[in-house]
Amino acid sequence: MPKDHGIGASQKRREDVRFLTGAGNYTDDINLHGQAYVYFLRSDMAHGKINKVDTEEASQMPGVVRIFTGADFEGIGGLPCGWQVTDKNGDPMKEPAHPVLAQGKVRHVGDPVAAVVADSLEEARTAAEAIELDIEELPAVVDMKAALADGATKVHDDLSDNLCYDWQFGTDTEATDKAFAEAAHVTTLELVNNRLVANPMEPRVAVGDYSRANDESTLYTTSQNPHVIRLLMGAFVLGIPEHKLRVVAPDVGGGFGTKIFHYAEEAFCTFAARQINRPVKWTSSRSEAFMSDAHGRDHVTKIELALDADNNFTAVRTDTYANMGAYLSTFSSSVPTWLHGTLMAGNYKTPAVQVNVKAVFTNTVPVDAYRGAGRPEATFQLERVIDKAARELGVDPIALRRQNFITQFPYETPVAVAYDTGDYEATMAKMEELMDIPGFPERRKASEAKGKLRGLGVNCFIEACGIAPSNLVGQLGARAGLYDAATVRVNATGSISVMVGAHSHGQGHETAFPQVVAEMLGIDESMVDIVHGDTSKIPFGMGTYGSRSIAVCGSAMVRATEKIINKAKKIAAHLLEAAETDIELKDGQFSVAGTDKSVAWGDVTLAAYVPHNYPLEDIEPGLEETAFYDPSNFTYPAGAYACEVELDPETGEVTIEKFVSADDFGNVINPMIVEGQVHGGIAQGIGQALLENCAYDENGQLLSASYMDYAMPRADDLPHMANYTVDHSCQTPCTHNPLGVKGCGEAGAIGSPPTVVNAVIDALQSGGHKVEHIDMPVSPSRVWAAMNG
Amino acid sequence: MAEVTMTVNGKSVTKSVKGNTLMTEFLRDELRLTGTHVGCDTSQCGACNIHVNGNLVKACTMFAGEADGAEISTIEGQANADGSLNVIQQAFQDHHGLQCGFCTPGMVMAAASLLKENPKPTEAEVRDYLEGNICRCTGYHNIVKAILAASGQDVSGIAAE
Ligand code: FES
Ligand code: FES
Repeated sequence: MPKDHGIGASQKRREDVRFLTGAGNYTDDINLHGQAYVYFLRSDMAHGKINKVDTEEASQMPGVVRIFTGADFEGIGGLPCGWQVTDKNGDPMKEPAHPVLAQGKVRHVGDPVAAVVADSLEEARTAAEAIELDIEELPAVVDMKAALADGATKVHDDLSDNLCYDWQFGTDTEATDKAFAEAAHVTTLELVNNRLVANPMEPRVAVGDYSRANDESTLYTTSQNPHVIRLLMGAFVLGIPEHKLRVVAPDVGGGFGTKIFHYAEEAFCTFAARQINRPVKWTSSRSEAFMSDAHGRDHVTKIELALDADNNFTAVRTDTYANMGAYLSTFSSSVPTWLHGTLMAGNYKTPAVQVNVKAVFTNTVPVDAYRGAGRPEATFQLERVIDKAARELGVDPIALRRQNFITQFPYETPVAVAYDTGDYEATMAKMEELMDIPGFPERRKASEAKGKLRGLGVNCFIEACGIAPSNLVGQLGARAGLYDAATVRVNATGSISVMVGAHSHGQGHETAFPQVVAEMLGIDESMVDIVHGDTSKIPFGMGTYGSRSIAVCGSAMVRATEKIINKAKKIAAHLLEAAETDIELKDGQFSVAGTDKSVAWGDVTLAAYVPHNYPLEDIEPGLEETAFYDPSNFTYPAGAYACEVELDPETGEVTIEKFVSADDFGNVINPMIVEGQVHGGIAQGIGQALLENCAYDENGQLLSASYMDYAMPRADDLPHMANYTVDHSCQTPCTHNPLGVKGCGEAGAIGSPPTVVNAVIDALQSGGHKVEHIDMPVSPSRVWAAMNG
Repeated sequence: MAEVTMTVNGKSVTKSVKGNTLMTEFLRDELRLTGTHVGCDTSQCGACNIHVNGNLVKACTMFAGEADGAEISTIEGQANADGSLNVIQQAFQDHHGLQCGFCTPGMVMAAASLLKENPKPTEAEVRDYLEGNICRCTGYHNIVKAILAASGQDVSGIAAE
């Protein structure tokens, strides 16, 4: 019987009711009395020298309150980067200034040049048209290798070149070279991990407010991590002390990474509200989102895999160019390094792994974390090169992977991480079973009978979630801690509010988190409410990204609940006149072991707040506890994915005919929500593999700036239900957090792109096309070109 | 400014509006019916779907003035009279057909129109009908399942695992 309560129950989501009835409270639904609206005038050039921004005439236009330009932000901090990466020569990365509004130069299409604040958005927009811009166009650098060439135009004139850092990690060069020199076979693959736009359906919004009464600023924003925004904006940009700054992220319509970062528009609205003493609101249009939300991926990589005569992997070496865009977005520098290099061992016991990454400035929108962040890039390279190796060697790609699996845990990889637990054989076997691999030749025949080619692609993946511990990431350059926090506030009547640092923007925390507390206390979930998204209400937590919420914040919540239980037992012992060590808590009832004496949860909570009969000399009244939890390690979800595609050799069109994911997420709190996360991740992964591409032309013009040119996956792009299975029944619980959970938010987006591409290549090869690789998105035109090239 | 009168979720509304006021702005800013969302500016996403005289319309493609005399219904008017979720809304909750909820109002409105036109759609028909609705969170799997379930079809056999 599946559970209907507590940990492991597929409880329906309580937050759905407000979303389904139009009662959600998203940032754009917030309107403050007397608010003004801001319109950002953005650069339509990729690169240019600002000679003059003349706002004189525009300032006189109806409704205009004030127009701001870069000059208004002189002497004010720029947007900070949250992770300092050290170059292989020991130098710190180059960290150019990132002003709130452009100063001196514009560096990408969308770079904000001026901000018009007016009584209405229409008036702001009209006035913006009257601003006279004198911007001298400069040559733009778009291609990363060209950006590093001698004499290339510099994105930042004060830097020596466009190289942000040159990073090397893992096995030393001598040992790596030796492994390659001794290899029986080396497979090499060059590939692109295409630039993507996260595209949460809710565009970003910021509303700044200022109270003269207490000199307090409030920012309502579409953020995944309100405390991170408060910290960065307060301390680095605007110099507002944290106790005078409140950041609220109410219902947020999806994030996928792109709402982690601190953006110029947030700082602007907070700043401008203080300046004009009126609330200031900005709502991004979708077109604006394409040129101002941080983009994702955009790596160009050469990967080499060395094997010995028995097909054991002996070394992996990668050489990656990672696009940073024009400025360093909040966590941009960590993505191609610590979130990518550390995963390059994959699920395999390869003894030598060396990762090389050059991060490059270009005249494009900044690039930062997008669902998976670095880990999809690592997985894609590794699983593609393994597939190519299997083909070159004429061995079964599943067998080749299996033979090289890590089987002993804990396992220290050559790239600094220690996998605590896993069972890659189990997820592989599960995938094979669900996929019905033996039935593939029949299915291929059926496709061929229709004039189609059919391919089977498989791959494994590993990810690292809940990035931690803080003292280690500090050594690696992180400028923030990576703990999380929860306060469990038990009310007199026994109901509970849990204030959490994690933020829910689709993940269902309001449903899943109470399941944990309810299980621990033996009470009903309806007695537990989750509070999140407001720095004035919640303890200092780091928010939600990197599949960390339940593993990190959930663990903090467990620790705080344990403290509650300890204290409640003391109170119960007093009420029952028994020794504390004899008190047991079960089903919301405290009882004295071996007797029928008991007291209910509600009696204990009432005693805590009405302490008439209470051990006041030993413990304080009240029942509220906070815990901060700093994990001792990452968690390592892993899995095996498979996909079958049909390819029309006439048109190059690819359809997904069958798809299976077999994931190991450790313990699972709410299976329904977990599966939902995997569905969404797979759709984004398939989107990357087949449809999505953020394209620039050679002048730095953004070619895909709306849903007309950026192909979002739609319902009919994805596999039908009968041929699609997500499974998470293989569970090796995490060994170092109290819930044994690993995280599930990014798995689908990490695991699925290589699966699809491997299947496409398999289909082409089966038709006699000697195609080794096609870059994503594997569009009909690319397939057709590869077939006919 | 022109005066418009329309029925919104069963209630008559009269307001003066500017000629260029979009229906999305009218609903969200004038009537404070913020359940109708704006997800794009190229009429591609369907987050703004409403019903105008019983037809599915993207509210971002219509001026408020064009709704003069019309019968409008929005996500706020979909629940049963007692406030409980209607069959489609309930199916979305039962089958986890939403995550962040931003696309959800548009999805529910689209589903209602589909089921009115085609009470027992096939999976392919549902997917095809949702061509004008983008969801970034769910991968559509559970939305499709919810709509099939709301049409009274048995979806228990197509569990995800
Ligand atoms: S907002 Fe109307 S279709 Fe996107
Ligand atoms: S539920 Fe978030 S976009 Fe559909």
